Amino acid sequence: MTARERIAGNVANYVDERTGAAKWMKKNLTKVFPDHWSFLLGEIALYSFIILLLSGTFLTFWFDPSQREVVYDGNYQPLAGLKMSAAYASTLHISFEVRGGLLMRQIHHWAALIFMAAIVVHLMRVYFTGAFRKPREFNWIIGVGLLTLGIVEGFLGYSLPDDLLSGTGIRIAEAIIQALPVVGSYIAFFAFGGAFPGEAFIPRIYTVHVLLLPGAFLALITVHLMLVWYQKHTQYPGPGRTEKNVVGYPLLPVYMAKAGGFFFIVFGVTAFLGAVASINPIWLYGPYTPGQISAGSQPDWYMGWLDGLVRMSPPIETHAFGHTISWNILIPGLIVPGILFTGMALYPFIESWITGDKREHHLLDRPRNAPNRTALGVMSLTFMLVALINGGNDIIATTFHLTINQIMWFSRISIFVLPPLAFVITKRLCLSLQRADRELVLHGRETGRLVMMPHGEFVEVHEPISAEKAWLLTQHEQQPALALEEHDASGVRRPKALKNKLRARMSKAHAVAVPKATAEDLKEIEHH
Amino acid sequence: MSNEIEAIKDPGLPAHVHRRTDTDPKAAKQAERQVAILFLLSALGTVLLIGSYIFIPQDLFIFLPILGNTNAHQFFLGLGMAASLFFIGMGAIHWAKTLMPDEEVVIQRHEFRSPEEDREEFVKAAKDGAAAAGLGRRSLIKRTLGLALGLAGLSPIILLRDLGPLPGDELSKTSWKAGTRLVTDPGDRPIRPEDLEVGAVAQTLPAIPAGAHRPLSDIGKDAVLLIRLRPEEFNLDAERLSWTHEGIIAFSKICSHMGCAVALYEQQTKHLLCPCHQSTFDVTRAAKVIFGPAARPLPQLAITVDSEGYLVAKQPFTEPVGPSFWERSS
Repeated sequence: MTARERIAGNVANYVDERTGAAKWMKKNLTKVFPDHWSFLLGEIALYSFIILLLSGTFLTFWFDPSQREVVYDGNYQPLAGLKMSAAYASTLHISFEVRGGLLMRQIHHWAALIFMAAIVVHLMRVYFTGAFRKPREFNWIIGVGLLTLGIVEGFLGYSLPDDLLSGTGIRIAEAIIQALPVVGSYIAFFAFGGAFPGEAFIPRIYTVHVLLLPGAFLALITVHLMLVWYQKHTQYPGPGRTEKNVVGYPLLPVYMAKAGGFFFIVFGVTAFLGAVASINPIWLYGPYTPGQISAGSQPDWYMGWLDGLVRMSPPIETHAFGHTISWNILIPGLIVPGILFTGMALYPFIESWITGDKREHHLLDRPRNAPNRTALGVMSLTFMLVALINGGNDIIATTFHLTINQIMWFSRISIFVLPPLAFVITKRLCLSLQRADRELVLHGRETGRLVMMPHGEFVEVHEPISAEKAWLLTQHEQQPALALEEHDASGVRRPKALKNKLRARMSKAHAVAVPKATAEDLKEIEHH
Repeated sequence: MSNEIEAIKDPGLPAHVHRRTDTDPKAAKQAERQVAILFLLSALGTVLLIGSYIFIPQDLFIFLPILGNTNAHQFFLGLGMAASLFFIGMGAIHWAKTLMPDEEVVIQRHEFRSPEEDREEFVKAAKDGAAAAGLGRRSLIKRTLGLALGLAGLSPIILLRDLGPLPGDELSKTSWKAGTRLVTDPGDRPIRPEDLEVGAVAQTLPAIPAGAHRPLSDIGKDAVLLIRLRPEEFNLDAERLSWTHEGIIAFSKICSHMGCAVALYEQQTKHLLCPCHQSTFDVTRAAKVIFGPAARPLPQLAITVDSEGYLVAKQPFTEPVGPSFWERSS
């Protein structure tokens, strides 16, 4: 036994005698994690969060979250002598006088953008592969919660510097609050400590941004990861992989080295972006004042779709009985996002209701094998994309020499037409891909070699695919649609018949598939 | 399902293929050296970071291709930091991929559902517990407890009451009164009609005593835009026309949609455009909405001149300015 082994043994013994951890550690240090690039997306989100905590802490040492009016006397000459809030002045101080301050600000902002992007792409991976199915519905809901909190946290974060651009964003948020029926103006006055902008909002959202929401994030992320750990990771289908096993690398040492290494890579890339790519140059915008604005006011990308919806909304307000309801704000700003996010959170339950499938699933779906789900996902993404494009309509108009009106009308029509179109096209694509899979299994792969038959006919030689590949293309199960009778055995109409009818129709749509190739089919072909 | 019987068979996990580093000690040695080089690059990155922090002045700018004029301090500091982190990661992953065991391991899952007896015992324990507490029988306790908890939940809401004052009529009024002078923003200079040429735009605020503090929340309601047209270009009813003065018309600058500053004026078309959501207002028709999500025109401020010939408000705004709210009556 070397000295090093002896020390390791002593430490393990010391810890175990006080915590009884050996049993747990033994089991978990050899835990197996499946390997796939798409499993790294959630990791990127996690690591960006850690980067955000570290860089954010650095920024708090100099940032002064106060709307007290000061006169700027720092290094940045174009703003010398201007009145501004202490929040804005201290952000300028971080950018120009604190060494590494600008770098940290840019790392923090880039990390926030990467955090949100990673969450969204991770969510797409989970959705399109069906990883949200039983037993992982809780984790899906926590994920939707993290996405929602991320949007709020990001918005509050870029509002803190109190520059002209972000102040305009706060003004819009205030207008949304103010538009709430009955309680709107009260909540707005409570939130802002009086009339907009007041002097209370920045200090308040600072507490929310650095304490309340990060705390909520930590708690939710902890539960999210503990559930992943406890439920074991899903895996892609393939030879030797079943619903009952996990194939991958043990935590120690391979997975730990890879995951730990990946953290440093994400941090390194973020630092590189912070070094070379300017982001949110607040000194160009100037301090916030409600009477001024800069053209091309854009929120960060994860808010862009919301702004796009507000922009394309028709000008509808109701004035009745001495009261005003702003549908042009409520519908795009609250109602539509509310429906989208609630629908997203409930999707696992909706799908399991449609399919009647209450079993556990640990093998992921190939998106083509769940055409309805895949089409619904692409449909939602198309909706978001049209909204996002409209959120940048002014920039697009000036870049491509179009008029705002053209883009606005394009979006207003597209938001209704394109998503259903995307659904139909995606579903057909999925079915075509299934057909191609079937062809491949039954007739093998095209070799590109042409052979002349004795009677003069040319044929292309097909080579049978490997057993592994054939398995991958046929391992999925094809569930028949739910058989829901409108009438029971004695001919009596069942209660909730309408609900059943809807369920039966959706179940039928969900079960549409090209029959997968079977061993029987293969035998039949061999006989020919 | 019948499919199960005739399905194509799972060939099982493919046999493990050894890497070159597993079989060739030379390749393993080479991989070890590569990992070491990556870690050394990280160390160099940290040296660059420390060097930049100490030796590169903060106001030194250098010209770089693509990036243009770049702050050297920030640039090299960031590059050093990026390298010091990135290469640790690359080294660790290269190490894992080439030298750590790459044989896939299979472990079994187990169902999350507890064994039937555990489930039954759990339900029984819960039922017994509830029965022992007697919640079902003692409905008085149940109801009063519900009341107490519900009321206790109110206290945080009550305690937040002092976050701000009640809105009162704050949202409906501005600082503009009959006779208030319009002054330039910035500059606080009073304006005569002849200061504005036809086609000109001016951003104004109500005059305040010299040295007085003007809170941002006042600017958020009081900001007014002056635009001068030729009087014959207006397409207004008699009352609104009487609110203009020699072709000068005044509107609230705060958008009636979401409160952004409506600052883009197109001289050719005489349209005002809000940069936030592109609501477009026609100046010649009392800021009627001609495009975009805004549902109401910008409120117009009636103006005239005082005895000294300076522009003043003829009367306060006749409607609330800014975005809509529940209590707004029109």
